Amino acid sequence: MIETLKRLQRPSSPAPAGSGPGRERTTKPVALFAKILALGTVVGSAAALTPALIATGRWGFLAAIWVIAGVLLLTYITGRGVPAKYLLPGTLLLVVFLVYPIVMTFQMSTTNFGDGTRTSKEETISQIIGASVVQSPDSPRYNLSVATEGNPTTGPFAFLLVEPKSGEVFLGTPDDGLQELEPADVTVADGFVTEAEGYELLTPQEVNSASEALKEFAVPTDRGAIRQLGIRQAFEGASPLKYDEARDVIANTSTGVDYTPVKQGDREYFVDAEGKRLSDQSWLANVGFANYLRVFTDTRISGDFLQIFAWTFIFATVSVAGTFLLGLGLAAALNDPRIKGQRFYRAILILPYAIPGFIALLVWSSFWNKDFGLINSALGLDLNWLGDPFLAKAAILLTNFWMGFPYMFLVCTGALQAIPADLKEASRIDGASGFLGFRKITFPLLLVTVAPLLVSTFAFNFNNFNAIYLLTEGGPFDPANPTAGATDILISYTYRLAFGGQGAQLGFAAAVSVLLFVLTGIIAAIQFRFTRTLEEVN
Amino acid sequence: MSSSQTRLAEVPVQELHRTPESRRRHHRNRWFAEVGWRHLVALAAVFIALFPVLFIVSAALNPLGTVASTSLIPREVSLVHFEALFTDPNRPYLRWFANTLIISTVVTLGQILCSALAAYAFSRFRFSGRRIGLLSLLLIQMFPQFLAVVALYLMFTAIGEVIPQLGLNTLLGYGLLLMGGALSQVWLIKGFFDSVPKELDEAAIMDGADHATVFFRVIFPLVTPILAVTGLLSFIGVLGEFVLASIFLTDNDVKTLAVGLYATIDADRSGNLGVFAAGALLTSLPVVLLFQFLQKFITGGLTAGAVKG
Repeated sequence: MIETLKRLQRPSSPAPAGSGPGRERTTKPVALFAKILALGTVVGSAAALTPALIATGRWGFLAAIWVIAGVLLLTYITGRGVPAKYLLPGTLLLVVFLVYPIVMTFQMSTTNFGDGTRTSKEETISQIIGASVVQSPDSPRYNLSVATEGNPTTGPFAFLLVEPKSGEVFLGTPDDGLQELEPADVTVADGFVTEAEGYELLTPQEVNSASEALKEFAVPTDRGAIRQLGIRQAFEGASPLKYDEARDVIANTSTGVDYTPVKQGDREYFVDAEGKRLSDQSWLANVGFANYLRVFTDTRISGDFLQIFAWTFIFATVSVAGTFLLGLGLAAALNDPRIKGQRFYRAILILPYAIPGFIALLVWSSFWNKDFGLINSALGLDLNWLGDPFLAKAAILLTNFWMGFPYMFLVCTGALQAIPADLKEASRIDGASGFLGFRKITFPLLLVTVAPLLVSTFAFNFNNFNAIYLLTEGGPFDPANPTAGATDILISYTYRLAFGGQGAQLGFAAAVSVLLFVLTGIIAAIQFRFTRTLEEVN
Repeated sequence: MSSSQTRLAEVPVQELHRTPESRRRHHRNRWFAEVGWRHLVALAAVFIALFPVLFIVSAALNPLGTVASTSLIPREVSLVHFEALFTDPNRPYLRWFANTLIISTVVTLGQILCSALAAYAFSRFRFSGRRIGLLSLLLIQMFPQFLAVVALYLMFTAIGEVIPQLGLNTLLGYGLLLMGGALSQVWLIKGFFDSVPKELDEAAIMDGADHATVFFRVIFPLVTPILAVTGLLSFIGVLGEFVLASIFLTDNDVKTLAVGLYATIDADRSGNLGVFAAGALLTSLPVVLLFQFLQKFITGGLTAGAVKG
């Protein structure tokens, strides 16, 4: 997309004369004013964000906003490249919120990113050392105010510290350590910082709710690190641990034990000679194709993966086939001019398609309940629909039939009505019975119209997260294996790997996503073949 | 007409000699064989399509509001669940409704506008990269945005650290995220634009109009009705979006109906059924009416490739 845009802006490729509305003519004052205002806002916002981005060292972000601002300026300031003016707004949004995330997913899939590996190696070392700081009776104390430059619940946090005796004020962050602040920059009341420019101070409640993050928070100092002690106090303690950069070793100076980084699985940890970990904290590292290899070679995962892949395929295929046959049967039955009340039937039959999908799925999930579900009570059964792997699959498919048949009914009705009546007539005269005529004449013709839609329905179901998540959440689960459920399809499996609460494996989830991209791409290729859209572009 | 003639010719000769009474019976059998069974099939389908809908209505009106006490025909009618829906501060239904309405409206308008602008360029200009652009759009749109959900999550975490108003758990951020689909209607709308004769814009250009005037004053008004239909369909799509909303909107105040109603029923599958059904009913009703109203266009649009999300 970016390539295309660049080419559009190049003056060497103007729109050929006469192929569209001409070059920009004199712009009306109102339009010009609106244009200046809009572009001014863009540049203004970029400029306003710049200091904060530089201060926190978010260079990628900084580059992105200035590139966007630059492209916008270039496109709209000149009179050239008229098509680009129309393409740009949507393309920018598409690139930023769809294409870039896809690229980022690829990149992430080659890392071990996840819970316990969110930080870089240096950050991890300073966290490990900071966390080992112990308080001794002579440890200096500080009056603490917790502040943030961002969000009171997620941070990033900073400590605003007042040395009670001297009244000196310090700013402490994990990256930059302790810095003395000018008294003019902050407001101090009763020995505590109450206001600081560029920072929002947390209320005691907010400090409390951020306690998980603050427990790990340590400001490195020459003697060790400063850590939180209750809500309004901090202490400077010493750590027995020292990191030796030359040897890449963390040494415990009081016990003399050395901890060296050792690879365990896809992560490295600092361990002692016996292999005991110093900390469960690991760090972000590139693992190349290890995540992909894991999908296919780690026996437990590859077993899960193949089973889930097979079910994804079956689920999508049976859903398409089932809804198509039901819809076609219904359309064939109702496609007869002698039937009265067609409009009435159609108005009702469209309902499952019209009701928002999430509502229908939630209602059906209560229908399948073993103890109080409508299905069991109406049919006098006592089946544990959602608790049995096989029955859960059946329940999902039946529900999906219900959700999907009206669409196929509408599509098939349309296709049937488009088939010329004289063709059917001719087959009848030739002696073909009703069904034979249908099979030999009507059905093949219908298939030509409907085939592309069958493929797109297949693609839709292949990634039909809602149908799985809202009905079974992927379950039932084998007690021994909480990551892969019996009705999981690939996308719901990925979702659980990333957000499932058992330790996010974001790098691995990204690798599965990439495989999903590839599979979706293959389906897309098949669909393109069916629709022959490629040749039709003009 | 012609088929009835054929059918007459097919009638065997001996049938003409039957008694009137047996002929009538025979007629009825024949009516059933040719038409009647179709009604039976249709009625069966109607029942299947309808019973979950009846169940929602019934559960919404049933004062007990548990699954076990709900039958398809309500035995008792009360509006307690609707009352609860509007008064329970833990489930700010009206807030969710407003959130959904705002998000769906703004995102739809944005998407349609961006798509229409791009479609205009593709329909009216010839420029290098046009074909590639159109094809890449077709390909990119095959990948649902939520396949990249992990990356999107991290991206918006980062955005939120710099601009809290756009981060996770904000409607603005969620809306922006959905604008990733800004060009999803380009192909459809380009088709509409292609059907507007080029002579119209050429005439306007003769009169001194520039490309923007042609777009906003000539072409856009002509296709507004069909854009409205496209917009309504994409509105319904946004309204039903669940995956991304479930990750991005976790605070009660910023939830959409999809996440809010899910949380309601998930908290207590049996006990909250009444309230859930009441909310579901009020959510579905406008959408269903919209669908009935748009039925003709939907059937046409389906074959044109517009699929409901």
